[in-house]
Amino acid sequence: MARDGRPLQLFRNLNAKIAAIPMIFTAVVIFAGGTIWTVVYSFTDSKLLPRLRWVGLDQYDRLWNTSRWIISIENLMIYGVFSLVFSLVIGFVLAALLDQKIRFENTFRTIFLYPFALSFIVTGLVWQWILNPDFGVQSVIRDLGWESFTFDPLYTADIVIYGILIAGLWQGTGLIMCLMLAGLRGIDEDVWKAARVDGIPIWKTYLFIIIPMMRPVFITTLVLIASGIVRVYDLVVAQTSGGPGIASEVPAKYVYDKMFLGQNLAQGFAGSTMMLLTVLIVLIPWAYLEFGGKRRV
Amino acid sequence: MSNPGSLNIAAASLDAVKDRIDGGPRGPRPRKRISRRNIFIYGTLLVVAIYYLVPLYVMLVTSLKGMPEIRLGNIFSPPVEITFQPWVKAWAEACTGLNCDGLSRGFWNSVRITIPSVVLSIAVASVNGYALANWRFRGADVFFTILIFGAFIPYQVMLYPIVIILREMGLYGSLWGLVLVHTIFGMPILTLLFRNYFTSLPEELFKAARVDGAGFWSIYFRIMLPMSLPIFVVAMILQVTGIWNDFLFGVIYTKPDTYPMTVQLNNIVNSVQGVKEYNVNMAATLLTGVVPLVIYFISGKLFVRGIAAGAVKG
Repeated sequence: MARDGRPLQLFRNLNAKIAAIPMIFTAVVIFAGGTIWTVVYSFTDSKLLPRLRWVGLDQYDRLWNTSRWIISIENLMIYGVFSLVFSLVIGFVLAALLDQKIRFENTFRTIFLYPFALSFIVTGLVWQWILNPDFGVQSVIRDLGWESFTFDPLYTADIVIYGILIAGLWQGTGLIMCLMLAGLRGIDEDVWKAARVDGIPIWKTYLFIIIPMMRPVFITTLVLIASGIVRVYDLVVAQTSGGPGIASEVPAKYVYDKMFLGQNLAQGFAGSTMMLLTVLIVLIPWAYLEFGGKRRV
Repeated sequence: MSNPGSLNIAAASLDAVKDRIDGGPRGPRPRKRISRRNIFIYGTLLVVAIYYLVPLYVMLVTSLKGMPEIRLGNIFSPPVEITFQPWVKAWAEACTGLNCDGLSRGFWNSVRITIPSVVLSIAVASVNGYALANWRFRGADVFFTILIFGAFIPYQVMLYPIVIILREMGLYGSLWGLVLVHTIFGMPILTLLFRNYFTSLPEELFKAARVDGAGFWSIYFRIMLPMSLPIFVVAMILQVTGIWNDFLFGVIYTKPDTYPMTVQLNNIVNSVQGVKEYNVNMAATLLTGVVPLVIYFISGKLFVRGIAAGAVKG
């Protein structure tokens, strides 16, 4: 407990600085340092162990000529766009419905949110079972008499990513609903009264008044969903393991496989750098909009 | 132009007058219990709620059936003969690779990982948040900004450097290595959580303690800590569910002997050898989900607060 009168600059507030060492270490060494390290080594030909032999952009060239990576990116885009649109729309609609001063609001909210408490592994495995063609939804509907009914996303290469999307939405929409609900509750009651007095229909009020007013909530949610989408990994591993074939591969899985199974480190680094780039494309405009003028984190 | 508008206003004010007459002098008109609007709202919510509950239900009924019944019946039908055999098998006998002692191994690994991780990450992050809120030093904001940015960076770019660091420290593959990883990746959101909370506490309190001669640690332990139990509970809920549900770090930073439950569960269910026992798989899945679910249902509102803050984690 240093309690000195007029101490040196460095020793002022010494305890706080000591206490912040883990944070400084994490921020500088792990987050900043680790990221830079990975980016730098993505320009090398590291295989089993990292080594600094420069090959320029070769790894990226290879990456973008690998069909598995291309499929991963396509899957990520499809999954990303749909999951963004659907979770925003469903999340908002559910929140708007819950906001109608209804009874059992807590019960409904609890039900919509509980999947979020479950891991992606559990989510993936449950939906793998429900979508199982021999026992799941498909077989149940066939047993009901519709013999030709086909709904087998997990074993059909063309639509496997939608099977994953169903599970992903089931897990994540509750959170979006909660954030939206908080946003809706933050809007002044007087806005509603004014809209009512002006005779604006409810749906119009939502579309043209409430949603524009909730812009910050939407943007935050957007950033959250987007940065979550880029990371999607466990869900795919549990639900399909990337199959059938390589039809449901995602970038995070590509990176993991190259780094820890394929002994092709630099490929993994290049892939992860591309993931970082994707996130930065979303993140930088957002950070600029949010914190550009005024400094408050 | 002005005509429809003023008509609207007139209609609205007429409505308002009617409201007042129908519903008495104060408050809105009591709504009819059954209106088309209510049927629509409750109907939609009910359908969606059923959709959300179906997987839980399917997990449960499947795990209580025997395999012959699963092969014959459909996944939504309730079990005719309830059997707990799948649960026993999932817990104590299911095989992953050479080990055949079931999920119990993963469960205890997860417990051994989660408890120290939660304690360590909360201890570190709360002190960080406290330093940032009350003892700001020059440059603190820079580090904090990097930290928050770090919450959004895909983990994949940091995975390998951490492997190297852990290897240098001799912790790679051990439970403690994983504990450290969880502490690191829990830090951004937890620090933010604590910083915001400590900032919201009245500053006079802090100043008074300073005047009375209390230093950094004594203010933290004697004033801040006792005053912020709710936020500690929120942080705990956030961390327990987050760490229990983690898969990526578990699979990278531990070895088969120390795999957490999620990794082991995935290995059991997705192993290609042998006959698939769906009832055992679902029992195992449910077992893995039980811990976060119990926390969720008990903690209620606090959980919502936690994820609203923890949403940054993505």
